[in-house]
Amino acid sequence: MRRIVSVFSAIFAISAGILVLLGYFVRIDPLPQVRDLLIDWTVIIAGAAVFVGILNLIMVHMEKIRTRQKGAGYGALLVISLFFTAVYGVVFGPEDPLMRLSVDAVIIPVEGTLMALLAVTLIYASIRLLRRRVDIASVIFLAVALAFLIAVVLIPIIPVSNSFLQFLAMFSRGGARGLLIGIALGTLLTGLRVLFGADRPYGGN
Amino acid sequence: MIDWIGLGLLALAAFLLLLFIFLRRKTPAVVRRIEAYERLNRAVGLAVEKGTRLHISLGRGNLFTARGGSALAGLALLRRIVERTSVSDRPPIATSGDPTLAILSQDTMLSGYRAAGAEEQYRFTTGRLTGLAPFSYAAGTMPIAHDENVSASVVMGDLGAEAALVAESADREDNSLIAASDNLSAQAIFYASAQDPLIGEELFAGGAYTGAGPSHDASLNVQDILRWLVIVAILAGSVLKLIGMI
Repeated sequence: MRRIVSVFSAIFAISAGILVLLGYFVRIDPLPQVRDLLIDWTVIIAGAAVFVGILNLIMVHMEKIRTRQKGAGYGALLVISLFFTAVYGVVFGPEDPLMRLSVDAVIIPVEGTLMALLAVTLIYASIRLLRRRVDIASVIFLAVALAFLIAVVLIPIIPVSNSFLQFLAMFSRGGARGLLIGIALGTLLTGLRVLFGADRPYGGN
Repeated sequence: MIDWIGLGLLALAAFLLLLFIFLRRKTPAVVRRIEAYERLNRAVGLAVEKGTRLHISLGRGNLFTARGGSALAGLALLRRIVERTSVSDRPPIATSGDPTLAILSQDTMLSGYRAAGAEEQYRFTTGRLTGLAPFSYAAGTMPIAHDENVSASVVMGDLGAEAALVAESADREDNSLIAASDNLSAQAIFYASAQDPLIGEELFAGGAYTGAGPSHDASLNVQDILRWLVIVAILAGSVLKLIGMI
């Protein structure tokens, strides 16, 4: 039975992938329509996946509480908060003042704090870079980062010629494009592997 | 209407991939040394010996967008890691910030255990969704390095600036960090945070360096050929522009 499911899921995934891909390149009826229909189905499945994901989150924390693992208290807090927020949101809707307060007074400040923490973390990581890897590339990396920070502060104060800025941007743009081309090629080949069934992240490989 | 150029490039890549898969079945590829993957192979062995865990962060790459490629590369690596650590008492943990990716990570782990003949080792709680927003994902992922007896963290997928928090949590616990992303901000962060950073397309080489099979070796060969084609096209374009033909 498992073998049949595995073969069926592979056939369905590969044929759906080929049809969607062809729909992008061959705009002759009915391929674009088939592509749109398959994408619509995918969006519905992705919506259902959010519920499965949240269920998984609850199960992981319930398991933590049941087996009294480290951080089980935080897990309990998460499950209780999730339950009350979800019930309140379903009953009173997302526009309710208390519901909005839970977003404005809890979630946004917490994310803001993490963002502030991020700045400190990045400075700390940069300082430790020279301790971890002392090579020419690390020195150039830090020098460029420092030069960029100084430029960001000074450019509004000291007028710098536009052509000089464009000259500097040429290097960063070139480097970024080089990296992105490499990533695009990698993505293409990874997609093709999935399309050929060589990689099957949907199971049964 | 048919986009012949796009379709032609795709057909060329597909043909080359199939050709190299056939060739690599007979002669495995010789690949250059990448220190981060050497470290990963050592970390996998050490985790099994010491009875510690590996933590694989797959990022927030939505599979329905262009960012899904890095997530798929992360899943391929996860599969290999699961197979190789299937004898360990402590199974690896996979975290993601996208629900579809979380489901696929569970399925990938189950497949890995099945392939290793250790299906009973699989626990569905080891494939986790830790948060849906960038910072909630980071907040949910950070405690794992501290709480779950992790000795090495693999961060592979689409992450933004929040990657710094994930990397820092691994560093604080003195874990090995093997990190790569398709996002330029995250790459810069990993360059500063990881012992041996993976740059650009090295993200997609994980399968080939962990022995995931001929299709991964073939991918590297085809990437090299396509990269040369892109270089030739850029140079030809520059020359044609210079002489005023385009």
